[in-house]
Amino acid sequence: MRIKIRYILTVIAILLFQIRFPQAALEINVNDGNLKPLPIAIPSVIDKQGLEKDLGFDISRVIASDLAGSGLFYPINPKAFLENLSSISQKPNFNSWRVINAETLLSAELSYRDNDIVSIDYRLWDVVAEKALVEQTLTTSRNKWRSLAHVIADTVYTRLTGEKGYFDTKVAFIAESGPKTNRIKRLAIMDQDGFNPRLLTTGNDLVLTPRFSPNSEDLVYLSYRNGQPQVYIYNLESKQTYVVGSFPGMTFAPRFSPDGKKIIMSLQEGVGSNIFEMNLSNFERRRLTNTPDINTAPSYSPDAKNIVFESDKSGTQQLYVMDANGNNVRRISYGTGSYSTPVWSPRGDYIAFTKISKGRFMIGVMFADGSGERIITDGFHNEGPTWSPNGRVLMFFRESPGESGGSMIYSVDITGYNEKLIDTPGFASDPSWSNLLN
Amino acid sequence: MTYKKALNLSVTFLLIFILTGCASRQKIEQVLFGGGNDNEADIVSNAIPGSSQDFTVNVGDRVFFVTNSTSLDDDAKAILERQASWLELYPEIDIIIEGHADERGTREYNLALSAKRAEAAVSYLESLGIGSDRIETISYGKERPVAACSSEACWSQNRRAVSVVIADN
Repeated sequence: MRIKIRYILTVIAILLFQIRFPQAALEINVNDGNLKPLPIAIPSVIDKQGLEKDLGFDISRVIASDLAGSGLFYPINPKAFLENLSSISQKPNFNSWRVINAETLLSAELSYRDNDIVSIDYRLWDVVAEKALVEQTLTTSRNKWRSLAHVIADTVYTRLTGEKGYFDTKVAFIAESGPKTNRIKRLAIMDQDGFNPRLLTTGNDLVLTPRFSPNSEDLVYLSYRNGQPQVYIYNLESKQTYVVGSFPGMTFAPRFSPDGKKIIMSLQEGVGSNIFEMNLSNFERRRLTNTPDINTAPSYSPDAKNIVFESDKSGTQQLYVMDANGNNVRRISYGTGSYSTPVWSPRGDYIAFTKISKGRFMIGVMFADGSGERIITDGFHNEGPTWSPNGRVLMFFRESPGESGGSMIYSVDITGYNEKLIDTPGFASDPSWSNLLN
Repeated sequence: MTYKKALNLSVTFLLIFILTGCASRQKIEQVLFGGGNDNEADIVSNAIPGSSQDFTVNVGDRVFFVTNSTSLDDDAKAILERQASWLELYPEIDIIIEGHADERGTREYNLALSAKRAEAAVSYLESLGIGSDRIETISYGKERPVAACSSEACWSQNRRAVSVVIADN
């Protein structure tokens, strides 16, 4: 729980008005990829004391950017606003917001408690019904203002879509530099929107495939620090690293169990690679597969009852689901081409994957029983999907070809709409999305 | 080399440069610095017998694979046979075999695939009488290509198992 303290936002008062409006004007159906985004007015946060120049404006822009980035909201250009709100306690003149076609309005005011502490009061208004949908006060240290903005955006998103948000989250990834034949790879994390990138390792050792723990305090990843590639855990608070178990060969493809108490990963055994489960409390390991094939990329279902993985036992890489104890293995992928890097949605419904067919690398989703396969993006090289905590958005990396080519991280709605490049300091790969932080 | 010879070479390379206008810079650098001229002859003659240079240049340190395959073809077997003879000649020397894959696969699968390639080379060397205690392996997946282009010309060079001398004397 330590890292939680670092991100902590003290919620002073939460008054979520659970009023359901008879007209579903404000219910966004997130399952329809082609919907018309909901117009929302997000004026600059009122700052009467004005101790920090532009802070109110910056907070409002981050909220607007999050909501617009989801593809479900359309923040109205502030230049169109007719009313200038001067206090949170002032009831908006709803007519002046309806005139500019706003259906919702987010009014907010910040105040400074101490040098380092800011408090923000905000209200989400239904402009048509002239009612407050959300009324809340949040307090945090001033340098965590971006996190505060993300929390507000999450609350707005949740209130208007009925889904959990995903803005107050981090993404672990591999920051890449140097020539393609000798790439330097470093463990890194950033905010979901690409801000606050932080490098966690020096680049002396090759590192790959970081994955967040469910409580977002640890990363499990692959490192060559002792020569052989092995699975390690990095604690974000203490910055300490330790190896996960002592194995004779290569361990790789690690992921946490949904309760964070176990790691599943592959162990290379001669020509084959098999899947093991490692209990983190006593480092006992349990074998889950036992074949001379390549069995790798395991990922738990969110209820921890099943594991999806890839195996080439049929001759090409295909996706299989087994019970969490390794029994009852059944193949789920049957399309043309091969399938790799399966990852179970946190909602439990879909499995995202990389598909390789006719020399192209695609990101797709299918239902957990293998039905309903849908390709989301297709090109020279797309790989390694990771889910937003609400299971609505995927990040993946896309590599451009050639000597000067490299990987960049993209996000895309599972409907296939709203693809966006995540701005990283250089080439970036192997994204892993955290759970909600606060 | 003499001044005249150097000048001749320069002219030759200039011609190559002009004639292969579309050739990659890497290729030209290979021509200029890599081999196919007096340099290589020097290396061969200067390599100390039993050194890693001797192994790389006079024996051949690597074997190649076709896409998604881990089986050894006749060329690969011939090179491993030469490696085995060399290792018999220098019983105090150990090797580590690095397995590699091209960029046309997913990261974790490629780690496992390249491990399998290294193991294929190990098995063949063992079948030729080299003790398993003398051979280690490490898998690099697609992380350490030797050729950077995105076409079969490079991918075929990257799908490899490279034997590296670790007890060099």
